[in-house]
Amino acid sequence: MSALTKNLSLLVGAIALCALPFLVEDFRVFQINLVLIYAIAILGLNILTGFGGQISLGHGAFYAVGAYTSAILITQLGMSSYLTLPIAGLVCFLLGVLMGFPALRLAGHYLALATFALAIATPQLLKYKPIEHYTGGVQGLVLEKPMPPFELTIFGNELSEDRWLYFVILIVGIFLFWIANNLLSGRVGRAIVAIRDQPTAAAALGVNLTFIKTATFGLSAAYTGIAGALSALAVAYIAPDSFPSFLSISLLVGVVVGGLGSIPGAIFGALFIQFVPNVADQISKSAPWAVYGAMLLALAYAAPNGVMGIVNKFIKRRQT
Amino acid sequence: MDSFILQVTTGLANGGIYAAVGLALVMIHQSTHHINFAQGEMATFSTFICWALIQRGVPYWVAFVITMVVSFVAGVLIQRIFLKPVEKAPILTNVIVFIGLLVIFNAFAGWIFEHTIKAFPSPFPVEGMFLPQYFSGHQIGSIAVTLVVLISVFCFFRFTPLGLAMRAAAFNPDSARLVGIRVSWMLALGWGMAALIGAVAGMMIAPIVFLDPNMMAGILLYGFAAALLGGIDNPWGAVLGGIILGVLENILGAYVIGSDLKLTMALILIVSILIFRPYGLFGKPIFSRV
Amino acid sequence: MKLLDVANLNAWYGPNQVLFDLNFELKVGGITTILGANGAGKTTTLRAVCQMVQTSGSITFVDKRIDGKLTEDIVRVGIAHVPDGRGTFTALTVEENMKLGAYTRKDRHEVQADIERMYGRFPRLKERYRQQAGTLSGGEQQMLAISRALMLRPRLLLLDEPSFGLAPLVVKEIFEIMREISRVDQVSMLLVEQNATLALNLADHAYLLETGKIVLSGSSADIKADESIRRVYLGY
Repeated sequence: MSALTKNLSLLVGAIALCALPFLVEDFRVFQINLVLIYAIAILGLNILTGFGGQISLGHGAFYAVGAYTSAILITQLGMSSYLTLPIAGLVCFLLGVLMGFPALRLAGHYLALATFALAIATPQLLKYKPIEHYTGGVQGLVLEKPMPPFELTIFGNELSEDRWLYFVILIVGIFLFWIANNLLSGRVGRAIVAIRDQPTAAAALGVNLTFIKTATFGLSAAYTGIAGALSALAVAYIAPDSFPSFLSISLLVGVVVGGLGSIPGAIFGALFIQFVPNVADQISKSAPWAVYGAMLLALAYAAPNGVMGIVNKFIKRRQT
Repeated sequence: MDSFILQVTTGLANGGIYAAVGLALVMIHQSTHHINFAQGEMATFSTFICWALIQRGVPYWVAFVITMVVSFVAGVLIQRIFLKPVEKAPILTNVIVFIGLLVIFNAFAGWIFEHTIKAFPSPFPVEGMFLPQYFSGHQIGSIAVTLVVLISVFCFFRFTPLGLAMRAAAFNPDSARLVGIRVSWMLALGWGMAALIGAVAGMMIAPIVFLDPNMMAGILLYGFAAALLGGIDNPWGAVLGGIILGVLENILGAYVIGSDLKLTMALILIVSILIFRPYGLFGKPIFSRV
Repeated sequence: MKLLDVANLNAWYGPNQVLFDLNFELKVGGITTILGANGAGKTTTLRAVCQMVQTSGSITFVDKRIDGKLTEDIVRVGIAHVPDGRGTFTALTVEENMKLGAYTRKDRHEVQADIERMYGRFPRLKERYRQQAGTLSGGEQQMLAISRALMLRPRLLLLDEPSFGLAPLVVKEIFEIMREISRVDQVSMLLVEQNATLALNLADHAYLLETGKIVLSGSSADIKADESIRRVYLGY
């Protein structure tokens, strides 16, 4: 593709993205917001699992911590919604680094169990009575969606809170994807992958395993935590039961659907986990999850490298 | 003091169930190096089959045996049909298949047998045959059944040529083929055995927690923890791990934390143990050459 | 009589072809060696005979075609393979490894007798019979691997670089044992080796493999005697 074609398609794409929320009704925008949020969360998990090779069945916990950090800061301290995002990211980064230390010693199934334990423990911990004053206990916390700073009407649709949030999430998302892309295609990324594939050799070559592995965990947690914080803003309500263990499993499904170690794949993963349960429900009212399960199986057999695996195959075929 | 002992004995009885589930997980892991996340749902489904048979007038132990056989065959078929295509695929692809199976079994259980909670009979007398002040009949019975299953499995792997072949196939499939072992069928056998053991666990726990499609979710986690605690490739370890877990859970729940957080605490404890003994309490690290 | 007859053998690892139109044969009772540098395709040749890689062409053992069969079935017609890297079951004990070698046999008592014979031949294995195989030294693992293969009572023994990674004295010991096995147990052998001297001293016949093609074939005596061949192909 020539540079001109590339720049033109980027421009067209950008315009399309900006126009999108005004072309559909509010509820759809809300769903799109969730897709973008899940994409960020899935990207976070992919950093750890796809690139770093460490399985996590507990990323829902970071999602929850991010959400609650944001919500508590808003309700208790009256902080601006936007400011809570980097703070949530930082808190989750530190938490992730903390989790990274025991993870150094555990591998494979052991790590999967430990992280799954985290996922299961999270709703219980959030309901813990002594901290109810902050967390809102079982009832959770109600928030207000941030108001759009100006008025705007395009295609007959006004700039609602959902539409405004769409742009916020989009910008945050693009920023985070850009950072991830730069980080992972550079020295750090190569170090992470080296540790995944041949830890002994990597260590022998001077890669600081402890630092890279815990930092990977931290970064991964931060991304998912920011996604969680965004979800608190987008949904405007969080409760312990919003973060069941199935969320962690869904995120992992999203990673595999998109393609392990693929940054753009996160979008496809997010689309899958957001919409497929609805589709399954429409196909079979009585056993929608059976349809979901069947789709998972079909995915595993037909597209073991995820959607991006298929996309890459097409690209390779066109090149030869 | 008495109530403490009661907590311990209940813990032992529950622990036996966790041990059985842990054993099933170890079984599949030994032969395939995968953790079968669908184990719980398969066990629930098997228990439903037994329930359906009993409803139609089949005597308990006959239904029990039929369920074991059906579960074994189903386990073998599931490996042949669903797992074989992804045998060479990366771990996460296999995990997706397990999750898919989990979801499908759960959905079918709910669809065929409905979500209403059902009572499941116990074949053992109400009063305990041994130390009746501490153990109910069912508790003694399920401990006994678990012991029988465990000992059979252990002897199978340790002393029979087929058991040895299954272990060999799990450790080194290429070398196993070179001595003539049909590796693919070893995997299927492992699945069959795991399904059978899972079914037994389900049928033992159902009288206590009542039968519904989500019966085994929490128990699977305990089984998983038991297996890891004992060292993922160690059947005896899984049993010991299950018992420790059962007792720990009950003691913590009664005296330390209160029931809300006992699951959390038990799991945190396990993770802590794993930090100091990453291969479980009794596991042997496997050295790999670079 | 021909024991193994390989014709027009090609082999692939995925999309990469590594063997090109190989033709070679083995007579009953003989020791044949395949020589070549690293990467020539020697290991692949043995794996091709056992159908562990994708092949085309015909492989005939005694009078039956074995190409297209499963590895585990090929073993059952009497071919034992000692793979490169030994292939021992490191997590199992020495004795369990030996028993596995006899997995396909039905004669229980004979199996036990054979195990005793192996211990007789390799006393070090007897000392360690309950040890995890992974804790054995390289030389001991090689002895274990050979014993396991012999437990099959094979007609043909495939050996992949038995000298690899072993100290010279140990290698000498192993090669002497292989000579004895060939004589006493009457097992034919196909030996793949990088160490040409050792191999030529043991084998009757040799093939030289270079980037997947056979470039030379002849009796060991002839090859050893021919100085130009030795210089050009074998480097000494």
